Amino acid sequence: MSLEILGIVVLWLFLFGYVIVGSIDYGAGFFNAHSIITGKQHILSNIISRYLSPVWEVTNVFFVFFFVGIVGFFPQTAYYFGTILLLPGSIALILLAIRGSYYAFESYGNKGHRGYAFMYGLSGLLIPASLSIVLTISEGGFVSIVDGNPVLDYKALFTSPLTWSIVVLSIAAVLYISAVFLTWYANKTGDVTATDLMRKYAIGWSIPLIIAASGIIFELKFHNEEHFSRIIDLWWMFGLSFLLWLGTVWLLWKRRSYGVAFVLLAGQFALAFFAYGISHYPYLLYPFLTIHEGFTNRAMAISLVVVFILGMALLIPSLYLLLKLFLFDKDYVQGIKNKKE
Amino acid sequence: MLFDDPVFASRLLTLLTLSFHIIYATIGVGVPLMIMIAQWIGIKKNDMHYIMMARRWAKGFVVTVAVGVVTGTIIGLQLSLLWPNFMELAGNIIALPLFMEVFAFFFEAIFLGIYLYTWDRFENPKKHFLLLVPVALGGGMSAVFITIVNSFMNSPAGFDIVGGQLVNANPLLAMFTPAMPTKVTHVLATAYMTIAFMLAAIAAFKLIKGSNHVYHKKALYMTMKIGLVFAIATALLGDLSGKYLAEYQPEKLAAAEWHFETEEGAPLLMYGVLDENQEVKYAIRVPFALSILAHGNPTSEVIGLDQFAEEEQPPLVIHYYFDLMVTIGMFMILLALVYWIGIKRAWPFVKSTWYRWLIVLGGPLSFLAIESGWWLAEVGRQPWILRGIMTVDQGATTSDYVGHMFILFAGLYLVLGIGTVVVLKRIFKNDPLEKDLEKMQGGDPS
Repeated sequence: MSLEILGIVVLWLFLFGYVIVGSIDYGAGFFNAHSIITGKQHILSNIISRYLSPVWEVTNVFFVFFFVGIVGFFPQTAYYFGTILLLPGSIALILLAIRGSYYAFESYGNKGHRGYAFMYGLSGLLIPASLSIVLTISEGGFVSIVDGNPVLDYKALFTSPLTWSIVVLSIAAVLYISAVFLTWYANKTGDVTATDLMRKYAIGWSIPLIIAASGIIFELKFHNEEHFSRIIDLWWMFGLSFLLWLGTVWLLWKRRSYGVAFVLLAGQFALAFFAYGISHYPYLLYPFLTIHEGFTNRAMAISLVVVFILGMALLIPSLYLLLKLFLFDKDYVQGIKNKKE
Repeated sequence: MLFDDPVFASRLLTLLTLSFHIIYATIGVGVPLMIMIAQWIGIKKNDMHYIMMARRWAKGFVVTVAVGVVTGTIIGLQLSLLWPNFMELAGNIIALPLFMEVFAFFFEAIFLGIYLYTWDRFENPKKHFLLLVPVALGGGMSAVFITIVNSFMNSPAGFDIVGGQLVNANPLLAMFTPAMPTKVTHVLATAYMTIAFMLAAIAAFKLIKGSNHVYHKKALYMTMKIGLVFAIATALLGDLSGKYLAEYQPEKLAAAEWHFETEEGAPLLMYGVLDENQEVKYAIRVPFALSILAHGNPTSEVIGLDQFAEEEQPPLVIHYYFDLMVTIGMFMILLALVYWIGIKRAWPFVKSTWYRWLIVLGGPLSFLAIESGWWLAEVGRQPWILRGIMTVDQGATTSDYVGHMFILFAGLYLVLGIGTVVVLKRIFKNDPLEKDLEKMQGGDPS
């Protein structure tokens, strides 16, 4: 494997991590707001805050890791995407900032303001939408080079059906991933009402998700034929992903093994995410930037890989400890305080 | 101007974001160490008051961490959004410490989450204490790595430019530049000093407001002592920074000292103003002091601004930042030293209200010193973004709307700043010390 491929695989893996943990976080905020507005707050709020409080900061690091990593491995992306994304990037940043600080203000300061909860839920849907614009732009057709500098055509971007399909997909994915996870988590707490509610949401969002995903593949046929044909070549990965989706929905329907259902969901998204990534190869920004042109020098690439391996050696046990203490600790998830060695 | 010129707007927006972020970043670096010290003393002495200190500081800390995390994310991404040409070049050489910083941040985030939610989950308090080590270490290491990046911008090294192309990149050499040792240590020492004085200010304020609790007296004495140690360290490291500047960035030192002509036995100018003819007025001249500051030798030669082309000279305004930073630093050393000796010798005035008001003032003053130190360092390397290689004009974005973004972010920081103060006040008002001490056994930090 060449260093370019290794670099993009590592980054893609972290982006996938962010998609999963970020979706849980964003979706949880939405479901929390929804439950307050529909008067079901007592069912969900405890479960959501018990999960989110210790991990929200870690979620954020996945995002930081991705954008620092991509500038490190592919410095030219800083030039192209940095110049293009000033507006959408800044808006996403402001939403992220309001959301992150609000969460801390609320959970450590005072609790239960309806208006804030509503904003929090809404921002959780807007952030994935504003970030997913990057995926649309990278398909090409929205950027032109004027006086040697890349310029984004906002009109073309916002009138393209592809943009809106990706936005719909990102929102549906957030709500689906989050609902499946929270079904599992609520089930672990032994809270039957919350489990049932989340199960209903999970099944409800599974259909829009799969429709939006298939729609995008169809639209790519007209937008970027080269990319479309590479997707068709990888039909078996998308097919497997679809089978895993069926498996998740079936388990939810039968009220069985929610843990396995979540693992299947992770597999479904991993397959689709990597299949999409592979089909995008070799472009970072079609047709201006490929991973070969944008790659950093050899010395930097090697040192980044070394640091990455060392970092992982520390990070994986720490993450395991975090999960062990807060996700797989029976007493904690059930809200029992305990003393132990 | 703001809306027409992306370079000017980018500079202002970066200045705004960093000036705001530094406040929270300093808290993020300093507070974990103070929590660690307090909890350690509490365990060693078996004194509930120190444990309580750790607990209450941690409670306030999470709120500031949240804002520190989000503003840190903002500046991290803004580097690419506002300075795409710079990041494209720098990404090739200086990405390594940026990458390492994310790992340090990761550890801090993970263990802070665990620490905050496990107060009542360990039988053995030492195990819980150990969770703080990665938090404090992660906070410190983040500061180290990010300051390394900044050092690189001040003294680029570890690569060659041949025909406009970057060659021979050496990421390790780029990390260990001449600016790096003094910058990193100075940043760490000032962060610890500032936070110690900030916590001292809170304790002193509580004592002035009538709470005569021994808890506040213990907190005040401990933090003033820690503050004194780091303030002295800061002054010593500051002296080394001056020597670094004389050697590697003489134009910054010359501009900061209004040292216009190269000469031997150079005097140090303190305070003063520049009139419209660029003449210095009302300054205090200390003979030979600049030569001592620059080279440790009263007769040595100090390079003046006359050695630099006009378009490469930093703005002369940085002299005021230098004065402010040094004056506050000296004032804090004196204040802490007198307090410490006063307590030892039982001088009554160090416990008087007016002296405590000075300590209260010391908290915000220390933050002001941090800000002016950064303005000195950053404005002082104008016009360069990478000294000697790339000017800020060449590094900035070409995209529109930067001025509008400035307004948006200014509004955001206003909301976040007010939010922090309101939430912190509410937390501690609803949870006074006395109540906290009563329910010492058990309970969660939320």
